[in-house]
Amino acid sequence: MSAPLLAQAAPAVRVAGLTRAYGDRVVIDRLDLTIARGEFVALLGESGCGKTTLLRALAGLDPIDGGRIEAPRKPAVVFQEHRLLPWDSLWRNVSLGLPERGARERAAAALAEVGLGGRLDDWPRNLSGGQAQRVALARALVQEPELLLLDEPFAALDALTRIRMHVLVKDLVARHRPGVLLVTHDVEEAIALADRILVMRGGAIAAEHRPPEPGRPAATRATLLAELGVENDLPSA
Amino acid sequence: MTHADHTARLPLPALAADRAQPRARRRPAIVGPRLFILLSWIAPVLLVVIWEVLAQTGFVTPQVLPAPSKVVRTALKLATTGSLLEDLGTSLLRAAAGFIIGGTIAFALGILVGFSRLAEALVDRSVQMVRAIPFLALLPLVIVWFGVGEAQKIFLVALGVAFPIYINTTLGIRQVDPKLMELGRVQGLSTRQMITRIILPGALPSILTGVRYSLATAWLALVVAETIGAQAGIGFLAMDAREFLRTDVVVLTIVIYALIGVAADSVARLLERRLLAWHPNFGGAGR
Repeated sequence: MSAPLLAQAAPAVRVAGLTRAYGDRVVIDRLDLTIARGEFVALLGESGCGKTTLLRALAGLDPIDGGRIEAPRKPAVVFQEHRLLPWDSLWRNVSLGLPERGARERAAAALAEVGLGGRLDDWPRNLSGGQAQRVALARALVQEPELLLLDEPFAALDALTRIRMHVLVKDLVARHRPGVLLVTHDVEEAIALADRILVMRGGAIAAEHRPPEPGRPAATRATLLAELGVENDLPSA
Repeated sequence: MTHADHTARLPLPALAADRAQPRARRRPAIVGPRLFILLSWIAPVLLVVIWEVLAQTGFVTPQVLPAPSKVVRTALKLATTGSLLEDLGTSLLRAAAGFIIGGTIAFALGILVGFSRLAEALVDRSVQMVRAIPFLALLPLVIVWFGVGEAQKIFLVALGVAFPIYINTTLGIRQVDPKLMELGRVQGLSTRQMITRIILPGALPSILTGVRYSLATAWLALVVAETIGAQAGIGFLAMDAREFLRTDVVVLTIVIYALIGVAADSVARLLERRLLAWHPNFGGAGR
C-alpha cells in the first residue's frame, strides 16, 4: 500500500482549519487532516491535548467554532465503553439504526465477522469486556461507514484481549476499507495498527510518521515517546 | 421484599436434586434453604392456631375477634349465598377504573415533563405542590365535589395512583444514561427511535417501581373511599357488618383487602420479571 495511491483515493474525511474552544481555552487550533478511504490513521497525544475533542467533532457530537469538516457520510464510532443497550439482545444492539428490513440478517453477518455468530439472542450482560467491545465493533461496521472513529476502544481491556482485538480490527478494516481514525495513548497500538501515525500537541498535529519497517520498531517508538514527552532511557536499536 | 426472597428460593430444591452425586454435600444444600422456609412459616401458623384456641375456649369473645375457622365459614357462606363475589367485583372495578384513569394521565404528564423543559416549567411545580398534601386529606372536598357515588371513589383512587407514577416516570426518563443517548445520535436514530429504543426502555425500571407503589396507594384509597357511603363493595360489606357487630364479616373483609394487595403486588413483580429480564436486579438467571 503506497502513500501516493492513498493520497489520490477519495477521502473519507477532510478537515480544514478546524477550531474548537471552551471559553478562552483553545482545544483545537486550526487543524488540518485528511484521511483516505481504507487508510488507518492513529492519533497519539497526551491527556488533554484535544484528540478526543477532535474525534467528537468529526463524529458530529460536538459543535465546532471554526473551519470545515467534509465527510461524505455519517461516520461510525466505537467508544471506550461498549455502550451496548442492556435491554436489547445482541442482534438488536448491532442493528440499532438500521432499517427494519433484513436487519437481523445483517446483524447476524456482522456478529459472525467478530466471532460471535452463535449469540444473536444473547444479552449484553453475559459478555466479557472483550466480547462486548467486539459487538460494539460489529455495530459500527454493519453501518458500512466510510469513516470509522475509534475512541480508545481497547484501553479498558486486558493485554491479551487487546492483542486479539488488534488482529481482529486490522482484519476487519482490511476487508471493509473505511478510513479509520484511532485515538489512543498507546504507542505500541499505534505502531501495530496504523498506516500513518499522528502526534497531536497544543490542539494541532505536531508530527507525522509512517509505521516503522518490520523488525525495526524501536527507533520509531523512541521518537514517538519523546514527542509525547516521555523521558526515554531505552537502549536504542 | 420477603416475597421476592421466597420465590427466589423456590427453584432451589430442583437445582439441588440435579447435582445428586456427592452425597455428603447434598444434605446441607437441601436442608438449608428449605429449613429456613419452614421456619419462617412457624410464627404465622402458630399465631393463627393460638387465635383459634383462644376463640374456641371463649377466652376471646366472638364480638371482639371471631375464630379463624368461623371467618372461613362466613367466607364460604357469603360467597355461595350472599353478595361477596359481587362486592368483590365492584371493588376491583373501582380500583381498575381509578388506576387506569389516574395512571394514564400521570404517565402522559410524566413523559411530557420528562422530555420537555418547557412542560416541566409549566407543570412540575404545581404537581409537586399538590403532592405535598396527603391525598386522603382531600376526602372531604372530594365528597363535596362528587358526593358519595362512584365518581368520588374512582377520583380518589386515581388521585392516589397519579403521584407515584408521575414522579417515577419523569425520574426514569431523566436518569437514562446520556452516553447511550449519545450512541443513539451516532447511530443516526430518529427522535421516535430514540424514544422507543433508548429512553423508554431505560426509564422502564423506574416506571414499574412507580406502578408498584401506585398499586399500594390505589388500594389504600379504595378502602378509605368505600368506607364512606358505599352501596356495594368490600368496604360497604365491612361497614354494613359493623352495624350488626358481625366481626366475622369485618375480619373477612380485612383479609380480602390483604389478599388482593398481595395479588396486586405479585402482578407488579411478574411484570418486572418479564419486562426487565435484561436487568441484573430483576431478571433472575444471568451470569
